[in-house]
Amino acid sequence: MGRITLDKVSKSFGAVEVIPPLDLTIEDGEFVVFVGPSGCGKSTLLRLIAGLEDVSGGQIRVDGQDATTVPPAKRGLAMVFQSYALYPHMSVRKNIAFPLRMAGLDAAEQERRVTEAAKVLNLSDYLDRRPGQLSGGQRQRVAIGRAIVREPAAFLFDEPLSNLDAALRVGMRLEISELHERLKTTMIYVTHDQVEAMTMADKIVVLHAGRIEQVGSPLELYRTPKNLFVAGFIGSPKMNFLTGPEADRHGAHTIGIRPEHIKVSNDESCIWRGTVGVSEHLGSDTFFHIHMEGQDTPLTVRAGGDVELYHGDAICMTPDEAHIHRFDANGLRTD
Amino acid sequence: MATQHSRSAARLMMAPAVVLLMGWMLVPLTMTLWFSFRRYLPLRGGDLGWTGFDNYVRFVSSSSFWPSIQATLIIVGGVLAITVCFGVLLALLLDQPMWGQGIVRILVIAPFFVMPTVSALVWKNMFMDPVNGLFAHLFKFFGATPISWLSEASLASIIMIVSWQWLPFATLILLTAIQSLDSEQLEAAEMDGAPAIKRFWFIILPHMSRAITVVILIQTIFLLSIFAEIFVTTQGSFGTRTLTYLIFQRVLESQNVGLGSAGGVYAIILANIVALFLMRIVGKNLDA
Repeated sequence: MGRITLDKVSKSFGAVEVIPPLDLTIEDGEFVVFVGPSGCGKSTLLRLIAGLEDVSGGQIRVDGQDATTVPPAKRGLAMVFQSYALYPHMSVRKNIAFPLRMAGLDAAEQERRVTEAAKVLNLSDYLDRRPGQLSGGQRQRVAIGRAIVREPAAFLFDEPLSNLDAALRVGMRLEISELHERLKTTMIYVTHDQVEAMTMADKIVVLHAGRIEQVGSPLELYRTPKNLFVAGFIGSPKMNFLTGPEADRHGAHTIGIRPEHIKVSNDESCIWRGTVGVSEHLGSDTFFHIHMEGQDTPLTVRAGGDVELYHGDAICMTPDEAHIHRFDANGLRTD
Repeated sequence: MATQHSRSAARLMMAPAVVLLMGWMLVPLTMTLWFSFRRYLPLRGGDLGWTGFDNYVRFVSSSSFWPSIQATLIIVGGVLAITVCFGVLLALLLDQPMWGQGIVRILVIAPFFVMPTVSALVWKNMFMDPVNGLFAHLFKFFGATPISWLSEASLASIIMIVSWQWLPFATLILLTAIQSLDSEQLEAAEMDGAPAIKRFWFIILPHMSRAITVVILIQTIFLLSIFAEIFVTTQGSFGTRTLTYLIFQRVLESQNVGLGSAGGVYAIILANIVALFLMRIVGKNLDA
């Protein structure tokens, strides 16, 4: 009951084409994350699905029904905004009940659904407060509560965690994932943070300049990125790219290798050599930025927390051949 | 953190302004109170000594007192109702993206820059004149008999003139209020199934409530003392004699400073009663 199909959907603002025609199917119950750098059109795409923007071409279907010209309220979708968009003059109870009130539900049913949503979201003690008296995380939960009570076909999240501090973000990430497990409703989630995408998604849609670069499960994108953009965007720290003789040796224009797939050692029996630049000791891991002869950007390498290497030390690296990604001159994966 | 020293320095530096303002307020107030208890007829013997509460009794027992209070309240209420309602509508209209927005906004604010006397004269002679006025021509064009506005619908005419002057002020303040509304709130309401009318009622209007309060309070202060519009148009006849105008007539036309001063004290009392009611009704909107 929440299958959303985009069929050649495009969007232009005046002469500027923000989203060239794209196709995408979101299955019922799926947690789909739109991820991409800022300005890639991911929020616009979400707003097209929500109906807050009109498409310039193509068709949007919700559960097989053409919804392209259906007004936002009638699409059966609920949205959680980046700024939460709570109504400041209403109590939490009235905020959550607002969509029910607009739908003309009787007071008893409203009260029942609000109480239920408040219980699910741990908001029962705050129902009579105003949004201004709540913390960021609580406001976020109220916004989610307002979406839940409508029992929508799908939830749309527009960068919902970007206004929260780091610790709270991790907590809310879990809460939203748990909510999805419990409700089994389709969720579309927009973010620029690939960690959020990797941790929460069933399916990630990587967008770049309005185009879909790749669609797949988090591990699919991690293991077999289709092109240089996806390879560089997914994974933290970023994948290392090497060109020149090293790439030629692997029969590619560019090769990519993730920091976690390079071993460092002090012995001489290795393929790549370099000198240690900045090292970041996180305790569990250490990330070394290693300067290599013939490469402009330093390589990032992950090592264990107890590797003792310091700035200026000579270092020896062994890439894991099985995890080398090969790309051609157009930046596309070759295998 | 303000230290003891900087706090006393602040007091010292504020002192001239405070003293000036206090003087500005206290001197006229004291003089009004002083004269209101004296029999003072500048052209008929001058200051003739104490009379106790005679002036107060005479002012209230005059047949024009209660009508003047009524006229004042009708004008204030009428202008407030018109400026707030149309101000909200105009603000909504001006908030829409349109071609030439900047120029239109300047044009809308323009009446506020016209002096009250000038605008009243323009209205009286160019619009409301029963023979040559634009309204008269308009009526004749449609075959109706022109109304002599200022005598037949005098209070309504005054309300119209004053509303025209104050509408830009209300519009401007309400427009800035609308513009400060987070568009995501409107979109959220739209997603929540609220049609345009309900979005206005449940989201936009509550958001503007504080601005509306400010408009009402500020306008009331100024409207209680309107004078020029009446002086230029009806001279207080045809039921347009407000309390302010009555005081003016007592002091300058009847040359009775004592009686006028007593009226001034009543005006202060009226203003305070109105303020009290207003703060009860709309003041709670100002609490954060």
